[in-house]
Amino acid sequence: MKKFYGVEIDSPLMLGTAQYPSPSILISCFKKSKASVATVSLRRESSTSNSGKEFWSIIKKLNVHILPNTAGCHSVKEAVTTAHMAREIFNTKWIKLEVIGEEDTLQPDVFGLVEASKILSDEGFEVFPYTTEDLVVAEKLLNSGCKVLMPWGSPIGSGQGLNNVFGLKALRSHFPEIPMVIDAGIGLPSHATKAMELGFDAVLLNTAVAKAGDPIMMAEAFSYAILSGLLGKKADPMEPRDMAVPSTPIFGKALLDDD
Amino acid sequence: MNIIVNGEYKNISSVNMKEAMSELGYEKLKCATALNSKFVSVEDRNFTTLKEGDKIEVLSPQQGG
Repeated sequence: MKKFYGVEIDSPLMLGTAQYPSPSILISCFKKSKASVATVSLRRESSTSNSGKEFWSIIKKLNVHILPNTAGCHSVKEAVTTAHMAREIFNTKWIKLEVIGEEDTLQPDVFGLVEASKILSDEGFEVFPYTTEDLVVAEKLLNSGCKVLMPWGSPIGSGQGLNNVFGLKALRSHFPEIPMVIDAGIGLPSHATKAMELGFDAVLLNTAVAKAGDPIMMAEAFSYAILSGLLGKKADPMEPRDMAVPSTPIFGKALLDDD
Repeated sequence: MNIIVNGEYKNISSVNMKEAMSELGYEKLKCATALNSKFVSVEDRNFTTLKEGDKIEVLSPQQGG
């Protein structure tokens, strides 16, 4: 398995920590999914609620790698400042960099993303950029210092799966050595299997588990799905064919149609 | 002095950011701070002077996708 900034993760599943029905279900989902990375965010704290400390105590017990995000940031300045704050709070150089460019699709502002990636990479951050499947943007992100790419499958929280398989295949084959994570849009375990079969190195998801009717069962389903896709890719699958080819040998078949 | 903390007006007596965090009840919480959209580290809070109308953001670990 490829390393993410020198870190080898145990499982190619990165799981978000938002929207779960309860903290105990969140914990169970992480156990069942075997996720190796948890994404977290920073939000305003009240001096009386202390919610951040309580949340952090739960996350620490998961014993997984922490990937803070800059979710909701719409400008370079906002994303960079949030990254600075996240580095201090979470004590990690990793940052899932989001610079949102459009409200309806939550698609990244790729121009701002490249600019913010350059600033943060130069400052020693290890940037996981949430991007599209665009090859030119990918190249610019790599030139800006990113050593990991996180192309979307489809819009955040949409559950539509991989909307542009052609584009994702092209991205994968253009940069075969770069660790890549499909981030966003995964709705079903089969979407995650497909991502792994395409040769991506990990999948990041949240809503598909957290908003399932039975989040714990769905978390377990994703663990099998991702393993299935990973093994399927490693096993070197057959090439699709246009015509049927019988799998049962013709040799030795009885002649039973004589009149 | 009137400042804005996480979008709410607050009247404080401290003119130093570290003291202001204590006055506002954040001293023992796990928080990161920004002053007027610029990150201020824990170490720098003691060297950061506040003025009327400053905007402070106090953030803590929360759920994220």
